[in-house]
Amino acid sequence: MKKFCDYTDKYPVWKKGMKKTYKILVPNMLPHHFDLLETALRKQGYDIEILSNDSRRVIDEGLKHVHNDTCYPCLCVVGQYIDALKSGKYDVSKTALLITQTGGGCRASNYLSLVRKALAVEFPQVPILSLNFSGLEKHNSLPMPMKLFVLLAYCILYGDTIMWCYNQVKPYEATEGEADRTREKMLEYVRRAINENKYKRYEEINENIIKSFALVKRTGEKKIKVGIVGEIYVKYSTLGNNNLEKMLLSEGCEPVVPTLMDFILYTVLGKVNDARMYGTGKATGFVYKVVYDKIRKMQKVIAELLSKYGFNPIHDMEHLRACADKVINQGVKMGEGWLIPAEMAALYECGVPNIVCAQPFGCLPNHIVGKGTIRTLKKMHEDINIVAIDYDPSSSGVNQENRIKLMLSAARLNDRLGSAS
Amino acid sequence: MKVLGVDVGSTTVKAAVIDGEKILYTSYLRHYAKVKETVIAELNKLKEMFGDEFSVAFTGSAGMGLAQRSDVPFVQEVQAAFIALKKYYPSADVAVELGGEDAKIIFITGGTEQRMNGSCAGGTGAFIDQMASLLDLSVEEMDEYALRAQKTYPIASRCGVFAKSDIQPLINQGASKEDISASIFQAVVDQTVAGLAQGRKIKGNVVFLGGPLHFFKALGKAFRGTLKLGDEQAIFPENAPCFMSIGAALYAKTLKPQKLGDVIKRVEKARAGDGIVKGKPLFSSKEEYEEFLARHSAAAPAEEDATSYVGDCYIGIDSGSTTSKMVAITPDRKLLYKSYTENNGKPLDIVIEKLKHFYSLCGDRVKVRGCAVTGYGEELIRSAVCADFGIVETVAHFKAALYFRPDVDFIIDIGGQDIKCFKIKNGAIDSIMLNEACSSGCGSFIQTFAKAMGMKIDEFAKLGLFAASPVELGSRCTVFMNSSVKQAQKEGMSREDISAGLSSSIVKNAIYKVIRAKSPDELGNNIVVQGGTFLNDAVLRAFEIETGKQVIRPSIAGLMGAFGAALYALDNAKEKSSMIDRKSLEEFSYTSKSAVCNGCTSHCNINIVSFNNSRKYISGNKCERGAGMKPSDNDLNIYAYKQKRLLECIRGGGTRGKVGLPMQLLMYEQLPLWAGFFESLGFEVLTVRSSRELYFKGQHTVASDTVCYPAKLIHGHVESLLDLGADFIFLPCESYNLDEKASTNHYNCPVVAYYPELLKANNDRLGDNFVKPYIDLNHRANAVKVLFGALKKFGVKEHEIKKALGRGFEMLEKYHADVKAKAIEISERAEKENKRIIVLAGRPYHLDPEINHGIDKLLTSLGVAVLSEDAVYDRSDPVKVNVLNQWTYHSRLYRAADFVSRHKNIDLVQLVSFGCGLDAITADEVRSILEKNGKLYTQIKIDEINNLGVVKIRLRSMLAALEESR
Repeated sequence: MKKFCDYTDKYPVWKKGMKKTYKILVPNMLPHHFDLLETALRKQGYDIEILSNDSRRVIDEGLKHVHNDTCYPCLCVVGQYIDALKSGKYDVSKTALLITQTGGGCRASNYLSLVRKALAVEFPQVPILSLNFSGLEKHNSLPMPMKLFVLLAYCILYGDTIMWCYNQVKPYEATEGEADRTREKMLEYVRRAINENKYKRYEEINENIIKSFALVKRTGEKKIKVGIVGEIYVKYSTLGNNNLEKMLLSEGCEPVVPTLMDFILYTVLGKVNDARMYGTGKATGFVYKVVYDKIRKMQKVIAELLSKYGFNPIHDMEHLRACADKVINQGVKMGEGWLIPAEMAALYECGVPNIVCAQPFGCLPNHIVGKGTIRTLKKMHEDINIVAIDYDPSSSGVNQENRIKLMLSAARLNDRLGSAS
Repeated sequence: MKVLGVDVGSTTVKAAVIDGEKILYTSYLRHYAKVKETVIAELNKLKEMFGDEFSVAFTGSAGMGLAQRSDVPFVQEVQAAFIALKKYYPSADVAVELGGEDAKIIFITGGTEQRMNGSCAGGTGAFIDQMASLLDLSVEEMDEYALRAQKTYPIASRCGVFAKSDIQPLINQGASKEDISASIFQAVVDQTVAGLAQGRKIKGNVVFLGGPLHFFKALGKAFRGTLKLGDEQAIFPENAPCFMSIGAALYAKTLKPQKLGDVIKRVEKARAGDGIVKGKPLFSSKEEYEEFLARHSAAAPAEEDATSYVGDCYIGIDSGSTTSKMVAITPDRKLLYKSYTENNGKPLDIVIEKLKHFYSLCGDRVKVRGCAVTGYGEELIRSAVCADFGIVETVAHFKAALYFRPDVDFIIDIGGQDIKCFKIKNGAIDSIMLNEACSSGCGSFIQTFAKAMGMKIDEFAKLGLFAASPVELGSRCTVFMNSSVKQAQKEGMSREDISAGLSSSIVKNAIYKVIRAKSPDELGNNIVVQGGTFLNDAVLRAFEIETGKQVIRPSIAGLMGAFGAALYALDNAKEKSSMIDRKSLEEFSYTSKSAVCNGCTSHCNINIVSFNNSRKYISGNKCERGAGMKPSDNDLNIYAYKQKRLLECIRGGGTRGKVGLPMQLLMYEQLPLWAGFFESLGFEVLTVRSSRELYFKGQHTVASDTVCYPAKLIHGHVESLLDLGADFIFLPCESYNLDEKASTNHYNCPVVAYYPELLKANNDRLGDNFVKPYIDLNHRANAVKVLFGALKKFGVKEHEIKKALGRGFEMLEKYHADVKAKAIEISERAEKENKRIIVLAGRPYHLDPEINHGIDKLLTSLGVAVLSEDAVYDRSDPVKVNVLNQWTYHSRLYRAADFVSRHKNIDLVQLVSFGCGLDAITADEVRSILEKNGKLYTQIKIDEINNLGVVKIRLRSMLAALEESR
């Protein structure tokens, strides 16, 4: 054992008894899913609260507390935490924070350390917990018993179903607000199922969700479909992407947002692929493959039910992998890696040639997997219509909007040409 | 039926009326931020001329919001151009359009594609305007000048801020305005070709659109030259400036007609947008402002009248990037003379003029006993006027601050181009923070902006003092700020609110980007602020509000560098001053010319200024050789050793074919491994040297303009290797680097790991001749298998690969061992010679002279020995840090910092590539390790900008601070 020279600063550690007395704040990354996550963790006895603060103060606090060259998601998350802690709504001596960590080769794995650094000055007493499956932060992780692990998987799958249906119904709803009301009802339905321990009635719950959305009256008009892919935070978070989905809806489009479980399975496949490509961690690879197969089967159930009720199905992970292979090697596993080009190719194949590829300004993996793959995709499909949008605290909204509008005008033109022929 | 298209852009409003096939009317008007008024006036005029019945469509970046809020049909401007092109130029293959703020490109044949510039490259027309004002020319003059140019200088073309950092020193060095003007236009062309076309060739019939391309002949010429277009292929339409409005009119043909009167009414009623964030006022009342003024009037030095004073004096000159400052003081430190003048591109002329003025005031009553020069133009001015001393800016500013506040513990200086901050501990400079290129030019931005509004800077700044709701303009850089200002104007925000917003943006930039302060306490208790920008009360107030501290602003805040220099001259004066006397000053003249230095393969563009007394001043050279001096000592420079040693790994020869190894990113460190591997297999190994020309060669295949320079360079390597006849190019993808067992994980950064994918996807010449296997070198058996799979098509056997890989590893280990041994030798010699050692720490690929721009040589010329992180890291223990320590190269940085901390005479300078996201994390951590051990942290951001002016100031400041603390 080598001798280590320790330069770490002291930080508050999460102790066992804290579960009973501490409130845990979580930044809002995905509106649908985190709602269910909150319920799931509350059920385990954690006093969880998902943050919804999104004023300009959030960005200002972020700017103050993280290095300006750090990516935008980190800035948003830190800003949301600090703004919340300063709001006076919480007893800061009894508050902790929770953040996810993937342990991948991208900067995102360091968000936790950066949040900790940001807290050190003004809130040195606030502990921060990691939610990860890679064995990081052993003493500061949310304990992950099998049961909770399974419950979280269910939450993600149900969140996906709700999000996927909502996006297909909302643009076409005959009565304003009905899609939103259905979404609220369905979230409440799943929450109840979790609280009453009935969440494993998987098919039944999914079917009920899908059926409820199918019952929403729709106008049947034709709209341009626009896929959203990209870095995981700006892809889903309204704070991160300036409410991209809402903007697309107001432009008369149908946003198509691939599911969160695809991203989870992509990270699971990272280990499977490592074993295959480098011959390392074969045992882990085997276990992960079992998990992958199991979850993929569960996704299939959703896909089939969606088709049954006349919705477009969610992507099949094996199809995504096949799509990836045409564009980039599955060895590209940092950040969102091969998943981004795979989703772009799959969206095209599923009749969604128009795509917003969202990334934080200066995102490292996205140089390669986002902007770097567009040319290959263009070569494969001449009419694929991709716009890469950078998100940053300082770039103006007009700038982003104008570029999205350019993509949309090309989309409309292509659409007209398509229907003419 | 008549159709009308209105193009509302960031600076202009264009309109077109078409009836059937006939274009009845076009117009092109500047709107000076009065968007609504201009549009309404134009619509009213059209109603008068052509009646009330029209089909109307708006287009343009400012038209977007206006159309939405007044319910007028909108067509995106690129789309509008596309429609018009189809009609009027059906044979066009490509169209290039430059507007006020956006650049666009439309590929028509071979797969239609429409592109706009990314967020970073904003500012084309606006960029040209800004550069013209920097040169003190009108844009028309700049165009004429450019047509007379004899040569162009390489100017970073990625963004306006970077270009400015390149141009400013050229101005200071006396490069001709003709050549600089042409270089500016060339930079715009390079940006469009590289940043926008990204791999797609611009060829065939090219239509050039938009105002700038229409009005500036030099720009058109540069485009034609770069794209090698004949007269027939380059089309410059007569109606280019209003082309988009014609397109919008054509688009309107598909729409229902409406009453123009109604449209006008709706535009008039359109409310302001809600996309603007507003802050609190700087002053809530006149009383508050007066109290503030009274408080700040206290810090002023005593003055002496130059027209009657008899006795000695000391002169200080601060030749800054945009202004020249001069101060003369008496032996009892009274102010005898002061001047603050804009350079207007002629810094030397200004200084000479002011010296003459000073002499004319004093006659023969005053004797100059000493003179010190500081600032960007230090060397030029010093050799021109034979000043006694040249001192580093930080030293000058510190000296001046001490005069006003002997217990000062924090100094912040915001000048035209740079922001400098230093902390003072125990009477010495403890740490220095300078802005990086990306956030430079804030001070002069506000000035240029005031000019554009037709106002004096102080007039403009005063506007903001009582603004009710200052606009939030962001703080990343002036290009982003510029576009935020435009947006604010479009949304109808007042000039007062914009003025106040600009002031606080500058302050936020300083606090959050440069100082990176998390709490006001970090700034200390006795803060002195200086620099011309702080003379602006709004900026000062914004600083006090943002930090919550009361600070001292000397009345001569803008002159502190010169004042400090004068104080220095006073303290250090010798028997006799070497400065030129009044007579020689009257006769003084100079000429400047540019040349290429052929001292080495770098071929620096140098500038030679010849003075009338046959002395010369040479600048622009990266090493001493260009200036005719003895080259620096390579024996104490591990960079020089490594560069030589690396290339020795290639023996040459081979019969099996030629393999090209692109020397950048991961290949820089692994060259010994792969050269050994391929030569052992019998292949001939080809490599090429990096250079700026090489970069331009591959620029068209760069897919993302915000990626780091090392990555961008590798595109040029690929092109050159193919030109050299490489049968195939080899660059592996490695998620994992070698495990040095000192970190949680051992990843490569995403760019290093996967860049080969991007290269292949964006270069048509690459196919089967590009081998990029996914390898984990920690598992050799597996690596052999993978390599066999990748290379068997060249007829190699698996057992050969196994052997060759073994050979490669031997070579790599030998290389590492040699480098480490050399490092020990250098350390020992430096110690014997009592020389300071600097560990110039970065990544292995920062060894490339095109990446580090010769900073290692600069250091040795300053008299220190140079080591690198990879030569010393394993002389320290592994470290535990606050962040996730999961990248091999970065882990070495932490250990190098620890190593440095254990040695008294060794310090560290971190090289950081611009755009390196991981270094945003490592830099803070390296800094924290060093500061915990009482060491100075210095960071240098490097990019394609190869001007070492700022770097030199920075390193000299650091060395001066180290000397002082000794």
